[in-house]
Amino acid sequence: MPRYIVSRLVAAAIMAVFATLVIFLIANTVPGDPVRAQLGDMAASNPEFLAAWRAKWGLDLPLWERYLLFLKGLVHGDLGISIASQRPVLDDIVNYAPATIELATAGFLLSVVVGVPLGIVAAVRRDTWIDHVARFVSLIGVSSPTFWLAFIVLAVFYGELQIAPGPGRLDPIAFPPDRVTGLFLVDSVLAGNWESFWDALSHLVLPSTVLAASTLGLITRTTRASMLESLQQDYVRVARAKGLKERRIVTGHVLPNALIPVVTLGGLAYANLLTGAVMTETIFSWPGLGRYTFRSAAALDFPAIMGITLVVAVTYLLINLLIDISYALLDPRVVR
Amino acid sequence: MSLAQATAVPVSIAPVASKRRRWWRRYGLASLGATIILAWILIAIFAPVLTSHSPDLVDVTNRLKPPSAANLLGTDALGRDVLTRLLYGSRISLTTGFVVVILAAIFGTLVGGIAAYSRGRIEEIVMRVTDLVLCFPPIILALAIAAALGIGATNTIIAMLVVWWPKFARLARSLIIVQRSQEYVEAAMVVGLSPARILIRHIIPNSVGPLIVLVTLDIGNAIITFAGLSFLGLGVIPPTPEWGSMVSEGRELIEQWWVASFPGLAILSIVVGFNFLGDGIRDWLDPKSRRR
Repeated sequence: MPRYIVSRLVAAAIMAVFATLVIFLIANTVPGDPVRAQLGDMAASNPEFLAAWRAKWGLDLPLWERYLLFLKGLVHGDLGISIASQRPVLDDIVNYAPATIELATAGFLLSVVVGVPLGIVAAVRRDTWIDHVARFVSLIGVSSPTFWLAFIVLAVFYGELQIAPGPGRLDPIAFPPDRVTGLFLVDSVLAGNWESFWDALSHLVLPSTVLAASTLGLITRTTRASMLESLQQDYVRVARAKGLKERRIVTGHVLPNALIPVVTLGGLAYANLLTGAVMTETIFSWPGLGRYTFRSAAALDFPAIMGITLVVAVTYLLINLLIDISYALLDPRVVR
Repeated sequence: MSLAQATAVPVSIAPVASKRRRWWRRYGLASLGATIILAWILIAIFAPVLTSHSPDLVDVTNRLKPPSAANLLGTDALGRDVLTRLLYGSRISLTTGFVVVILAAIFGTLVGGIAAYSRGRIEEIVMRVTDLVLCFPPIILALAIAAALGIGATNTIIAMLVVWWPKFARLARSLIIVQRSQEYVEAAMVVGLSPARILIRHIIPNSVGPLIVLVTLDIGNAIITFAGLSFLGLGVIPPTPEWGSMVSEGRELIEQWWVASFPGLAILSIVVGFNFLGDGIRDWLDPKSRRR
């Protein structure tokens, strides 16, 4: 097992470096011109200014040299300077990541806590009203565009009913809790500031629900299908023949087997939530990585884009690794 | 009622149902999905006949009017008829959905097929490249590429293609590995057919079922993703009518809900259509998964 993990870790690290190469090549061979995107046409029409600016950001060096410089910085934990914010990319990422982690984790918990039981009950009570509800919810979840769903919930709960707070992580006039982890829920508890805690929590409800919608659909669907599959296995028949209670059969025999595919999906879903928050964060003015990504992409801020891509690729690879390990723990047949 | 009671007779044989009921169970949702898709295709083709308004006609004296007899779905901030723009918008969404998924499926299947068929070093390299693309979250990579290439439907389609093919490569590879060991392949080799011919004429047609399912389900995904990129301002150039950008234009207008709500419902309906159809095809191809 440890050998399995180490070899997977090494493979993941190599993949991450290759990932930077890919994004570097994309960044530098596409026709878009970061200089024009940054400076605007006025400044870009002054050749001297242009040359100085290119030299400042190392854009005049040959391609391979720029990549080596990037790698060298990477080894020293330096992801370069963001052209748009003029700050180290790593600082920006550390600054914006907690907001996204908080949002994605809330969305993930919501979709698991609702989706898994809903899928189980739907499978056990197949073709009853609750099964139809589960299927309808998951269909709407996977078929709704996030950006539209966000508009609808804002229009209904914030605009019309006025029972939910508007965009942002806190009330616009409130001060954020002292930064320890950057997660407002955790920091406000650490500071003993309950007012801030409830404020942050209430601001989290709408965006995390919107973010959870499609994941919730997927998890419900997968749980239901996987449960139905397991319910028809021979060992269930044996358990029934032995005279076990149905409740015991479902919780003791069917669930552990049926949940294996759900674990894989859940892990991937969490990775997707962490990175897929672009739309949700943009609409809810959520100061996280998603919004930072979008702004960097729109400004062709390549140091920032490369930094984010690297962080995201590493997150993805790590989560995949965790899935494989949990798989090995759940199903001993996986480790050869 | 407890869990136990509900499952007292879990694996029962389906009760004898009337013919119509059985037909509905088997093909109902799939044909509903096909009908929705067909309706949207017809709307896309006949949009100019279905409405008397022009999609681009700006009329500021008539801006932000709620739904009425003259403008069934109201007007937007520039006084354009929302229904008209919605009908015309189906053209872009359907085209991009089909183009992205079908091109990605063709390319991905060929790549996966070559990998599975050649095995060894080539397979290793091809699949590592596939993994490499898969470890980028699609939306971020597409965002970066679309931003770099510049705004426009074609560029957005290119950006989506870059991130879209690997899943088809993976699926095709696993399907083809299964087929490769079948006897008819051996027979074809003995007869002396070329590897390319065996792959394209014999193996791919035999493993095409699950690919068709993925294509159908995925067109809905592609439509949502394109609309999303459009929503972020990277899809179409205004004033082209497109659902994602229509939602974006109406996102601040909470009072004038009709501007953003209806284009979103249009996306929802078409994606539901593709989901129904895809699930239906899967049940049809794989009776084991029926009624899941």
